[in-house]
Amino acid sequence: MVRFIAMLVGAAFTFVLALALWGTVSTAITDPAPESAEHVFHLHPKDAELSSAGFFGKFDNRQVQRGFQVFKEVCAACHSLKYVAFRDLAEIGYSEAEVKAIAGQWVIEQPSVNPDTGEAATRKNVASDRFPSPFANEVAARAANNNALPPDLSLIAKARHDGANYVYSLVGPDGYRPQPAALVKEFPGAKTPPGLHYNPYFANLNIAMPPPLTADGQVTYTDGTKATRDQMSKDVSAFLTWTAEPKLESRHGAGLAAVIFIAIFCFLAWGAYQNVWRDVKH
Amino acid sequence: MSFPWAKQYEPKQPLMRWLDEKLPVPRLVYNAVGAGYPVPRNLNYFWNFGVLAGAALGIQIITGIVLAMHYAANAGVAFGSVEGIMRDVNAGWFLRYAHANGASMFLLVVYIHIARGLYYGSYKAPREMVWLLGVTIFLLMMATAFMGYVLPWGQMSFWGAQVITGFFSAIPLVGETIRIWLLGGYAPDNAALNRFFSLHYLLPFVTAGVIILHIWALHIPGSNNPTGVDVKGEQDTVPFHPYYTAKDAVGLGVFMLIFALLIFFSPNLLGHPDNYIEANPLSTPAHIVPEWYFLPFYAILKSFTADFILPAKLWGVLAMFGSILLLFFLPWLDSSPVRSANYRPKYRAFLIVLLFDVLLLGYVGGAEANARNVVLGQIGSAYYFLHFLVILPLVAASERPRPLPNSITEAVLEKHAGTSPAKTALAN
Repeated sequence: MVRFIAMLVGAAFTFVLALALWGTVSTAITDPAPESAEHVFHLHPKDAELSSAGFFGKFDNRQVQRGFQVFKEVCAACHSLKYVAFRDLAEIGYSEAEVKAIAGQWVIEQPSVNPDTGEAATRKNVASDRFPSPFANEVAARAANNNALPPDLSLIAKARHDGANYVYSLVGPDGYRPQPAALVKEFPGAKTPPGLHYNPYFANLNIAMPPPLTADGQVTYTDGTKATRDQMSKDVSAFLTWTAEPKLESRHGAGLAAVIFIAIFCFLAWGAYQNVWRDVKH
Repeated sequence: MSFPWAKQYEPKQPLMRWLDEKLPVPRLVYNAVGAGYPVPRNLNYFWNFGVLAGAALGIQIITGIVLAMHYAANAGVAFGSVEGIMRDVNAGWFLRYAHANGASMFLLVVYIHIARGLYYGSYKAPREMVWLLGVTIFLLMMATAFMGYVLPWGQMSFWGAQVITGFFSAIPLVGETIRIWLLGGYAPDNAALNRFFSLHYLLPFVTAGVIILHIWALHIPGSNNPTGVDVKGEQDTVPFHPYYTAKDAVGLGVFMLIFALLIFFSPNLLGHPDNYIEANPLSTPAHIVPEWYFLPFYAILKSFTADFILPAKLWGVLAMFGSILLLFFLPWLDSSPVRSANYRPKYRAFLIVLLFDVLLLGYVGGAEANARNVVLGQIGSAYYFLHFLVILPLVAASERPRPLPNSITEAVLEKHAGTSPAKTALAN
């Protein structure tokens, strides 16, 4: 009885699937899905060659600091970094005094309350503060950015596929470019609308953010590195990789120790197994 | 317990004798996972995966309890509290990555454990109850894993919850009411997040309870083995300890090695980038996909695209739940008295096709829904149901199994004489 009912149920599901299959195939023949511009013109990100990539990757603190400088002078005008605190900068090689100075001189102040009147006010940042948002709220951010919302950058390197390389490719010299004539010819509906910018590394090819890095030397690096657009975009990618995964170095270090420890355990367990079973055929 | 030649617990220390009279916990452990449990001597490495699943549950409970000390189940702060764990809690990144990847490892070893059961006929008499409890554990795990994935309150958490609770709205008439009742609102929000957290904390302990029943039910007939032949005498078995504790230690080492590589070197490999974006009810992700371990079932759901008497969505939901619930009937669908697929040539061939079919469904579940993938999913889903509901009963009735060894010991000695029982069986 169970088998009889099972066969009926199996036949019912298979019949409905066959109907669905028929529908899928006939639709695919009579009304094939059109190719989309994203499908044809979207590019996979280029390798940013960061030192943090790979099994034994470590941050290059000088590069991460340069990236922080790019963030401070370019990105921070529109993007927040709300999960990172000024004190965290000590991890990328800034001294306690430098962290205090960076926090104290940060252009955007922390929202606060006037201690005398209780009215909304702002105060200077201290090391324990998280990076303040450039806009008071989402409405203000959208109002100032042509109704687009600049995303928080704390986790951007993990919130996009292949994030570190994505950031580098998107803002790098190869990212923003004129829309290819072939695209407009093939997909007339996909012409970049006014106010947006063509960028083949962005998911739908048209990004609201204007090109952030427009000229070599836009930032003057304190360590003397030549600030080409390629260099700046690599550096900011290194910085945002750190903000997304600040514990990467200790993770890799602990991982190496753990793997060695477990490998020794495996070796000993294998020996014990051979020893215990030496007289038993199995 | 199971065999008359099982070793008896004999406490030598006066303290242990005293304890054995008052509360014989050491005796229980001795009989369950000590020298008092005789196990077939020919188990292969696929028999490691039950212990590995138990270890994985232990790891999930320990890391989960500590994570719960730092996590805040409130839609306004949940995402931020997870970032707090990653950045400011001592070794918080380790706890969270171990818990997230631990879920994947748990499901992975359980899938291999289930596949082992299918191949060697471990679901058949006299172990039907072991199998039924096992499928129950699997269902509990799926519910727990789903609710756990909602807790970080990222985009995939939110939209996954939206899609999965949406299944209930496919039920005619009362569906929408049930969905709203389950969520505590019209869409996933604080009420849903809080109850998911509560249940996510509860269900692992329920699972642990059912695991105790699973092992209890197993120990009545004793473990199955690769030949599927019953234990005939003492020469067929070895005591669980030290023989299988030693072998399980090797398996546990390899498990930990793979687990460590995931946690420390590629912790986000199995996750989705969108879950690092905070939940936003106003922005739907381009592709909503569940975690990898649900992808085959998701592919079955998506394959039902045609209305026939019932709406397509209801067919999809029925098929998806049916694809798991049918496992409950497996002991009665397969009437072949031979357990091990090594001696069942036709069943073995169909089972290997099923393995690739499930992998194909897993691929389709995560892939873009273009015509090619939908067709693959529809064919793959049809085979899944045909395999269990039609092919399995027919094969069991028509197949001529290969000759079985007379005993486990005979099979072992034959193997050591130069050929393995599986090879001999397949060559016949």
